[in-house]
Amino acid sequence: MAVTLSEKAAKHVASYLVKRGKGIGLRLGVRTSGCSGVAYKLEFADAAEPDDIEFESHGVKVLIDAKSLPYLDGTELDYTREGLSEGFKFNNPNVKDACGCGESFNV
Amino acid sequence: MALLQIAEPGESVAPHQHRLAVGIDLGTTNSLVATVRSGIANVISDDLGRPLLPSVVRYFADSRTVVGYEAQAEQALDPRNVIVSIKRFMGRGLKDIAHRESMPYEFEDAQGMVRLRTKAGVKSPVEISAEILRVLRSRAEASLGGPLVGAVITVPAYFDDSQRQATKDAAKLAGLSVLRLLNEPTAAAIAYGLDNAAEGVYAVYDLGGGTFDISILNLSKGVFEVMATGGDSALGGDDFDQRIFCWILEAAKLKPLSIEDARQLLTCAREAKEYLTQHGVAPITSRLNSGEVVDLRLTTGLFTEITQTLVAKTIQPVKRALRDAGLSVSDVKGVVMVGGATRMPQVQRAVGEFFRQEPLNNLDPDKVVALGAAMQANLLAGNRAAGDDWLLLDVIPLSLGLETMGGLVEKIIPRNSTIPIARAQEFTTFRDGQTALAVHVVQGERELVSDCRSLARFELRGIPPMVAGAARIRVTFQVDADGLLAVAARELTSDIEAGITVKPSYGLNDDEIATMLKDSMLHTKDDALRRALKEAQVEAQRLIEAVQSALKSDGELLSGEQQERIAAALAKLQTTALGENRRHITLAMDDLEAETKDFAARRMDKSIRRAFAGKSIDELESGTQLAKGMGEMA
Repeated sequence: MAVTLSEKAAKHVASYLVKRGKGIGLRLGVRTSGCSGVAYKLEFADAAEPDDIEFESHGVKVLIDAKSLPYLDGTELDYTREGLSEGFKFNNPNVKDACGCGESFNV
Repeated sequence: MALLQIAEPGESVAPHQHRLAVGIDLGTTNSLVATVRSGIANVISDDLGRPLLPSVVRYFADSRTVVGYEAQAEQALDPRNVIVSIKRFMGRGLKDIAHRESMPYEFEDAQGMVRLRTKAGVKSPVEISAEILRVLRSRAEASLGGPLVGAVITVPAYFDDSQRQATKDAAKLAGLSVLRLLNEPTAAAIAYGLDNAAEGVYAVYDLGGGTFDISILNLSKGVFEVMATGGDSALGGDDFDQRIFCWILEAAKLKPLSIEDARQLLTCAREAKEYLTQHGVAPITSRLNSGEVVDLRLTTGLFTEITQTLVAKTIQPVKRALRDAGLSVSDVKGVVMVGGATRMPQVQRAVGEFFRQEPLNNLDPDKVVALGAAMQANLLAGNRAAGDDWLLLDVIPLSLGLETMGGLVEKIIPRNSTIPIARAQEFTTFRDGQTALAVHVVQGERELVSDCRSLARFELRGIPPMVAGAARIRVTFQVDADGLLAVAARELTSDIEAGITVKPSYGLNDDEIATMLKDSMLHTKDDALRRALKEAQVEAQRLIEAVQSALKSDGELLSGEQQERIAAALAKLQTTALGENRRHITLAMDDLEAETKDFAARRMDKSIRRAFAGKSIDELESGTQLAKGMGEMA
């Protein structure tokens, strides 16, 4: 089981963490909400929780709580630009269908 | 698939619940929009990657508009319908606009604000500004992927109430909800203050294209306070271009130029200025339409020399602002540089030498205001992270007060007070049976109403008839976080109330503010003397009226000889009160008071005997309260 960051995403996360001045890494997760069932969680991590599973990708520490991992296994987090917009994108092989905006999904 | 941003721990929002907010620097020459993404403020560029939007709007006959670079490029083709620098007209009347004969526009005077006649019809500065804001709004919404919750828009610290109101109206017209208007220097301080998390007194030195502003700010315990502001509304980077231009004319011994050649050389001058930021020597080469060829070299040393006076001119307002704030150079912990013109090394050096420290310049001086506004917008939209709960204070640029008897100004809220603020003061009636009170709200530093700017007038009616001085009228001045003023007057014994929200029809422009401030400093002593004279005259008038009324009601208590002596003293005071000699007025008042002392005692006896309250003697002797008595029979 693994979750990775693309090199570009890792670079952005690392620079955000430096500018933010604190935090040990990035926290990914899912929670039940949104129009299609489950929504992504993408946050800075200031401390590890007891049930966290840790990954390291391109030098950035990624924390995922054990319950979320099955939904995210195999995911690569990418950083991309689409038109005027730029931000992070979950390339998640588990997704069966997502809502139009992609902010929530089903597995 | 929507792109996601990193949230603070525990603050991931539910899908479709992002509170998208932006900061907008609505500038005279260029405008920017910025937002906070993943905790970092960034300027949003257009689809060609350009961060700036020239504040230029072109109108077409079919009501179509073009905003930005395209409109700017078409300026020469259609000068009347390509509107530049609209910010200078915001909230201003026709007579406020200097050099309008040299502008290509067709102005139309209108209630409150000037209008411009274009191919697409008559447009107000509010509508034109709204076109610019609309473009920034759609750029932001395209970039953020959803409708905006709101925007923080920056305005110059010297913008008065009507200019601020006009800016808010423009935002509304563009479909933006204004979370708050923010002073430009304060926004710059936010951009630096938060990034560097440093407390202390800071100076914000803002040298833009055409204006110079200095602000003294205090950052303490997470609170920003603007302590003083100053500047020069006719000094900016363009003046440096002009100096180089003049030097070229002289050095190349050119004949008088055509308009095209002058424009071309001015562009060369600006390019040379920008080149010298990174290099020691700038080549200036140009072939003019006249056939003449310019081939010169401008060194940093020479550039510094020919612009020395311009740089020195910015230091004067800096000194004044420091004095206003009651601070010296050594109190200033940091200097923030704002505006593209602060990139010039000689400006950096002069500022560094004056403040005896290296100025802060690690943020892009063109973007820093928009970045700070974005941070503030992010906070106000409710996206605050832990420990981000700072407040933000601004100041009012000129004192607010009202007119009292004799045309004097009673200042209620002094200049440089932090806003939001509310201040109340009690006033009373001037005459017996006075049932109405005229409230005249003024703005300015001078002692006499005639030297200040009139903002609004209203009347408080229905005061129950009482003896003079018995009514208690509480006048409250309230300035909200956007710098808009509300004034209310309330008679406390009867609870009647009247009020007004000041959206003044004519605003003060920054030149006027600067002139008014300068005048107040020049005339401080003068004003104090005039104020003292006016106060003596008001006091004398009050005494005269009190004695006359006493003579009328209780004259029979006096012998013929006593009556004559009082009448003589009264006549003498009436004559001297018309004159300009304060000492004579005071002496005549003393005389009249001495002559009426016995009369006063008799009246007192009489009133005690009658055990009924009529006019009391202490009205004849009171004085201190009178200067604050105000209002006339309306």
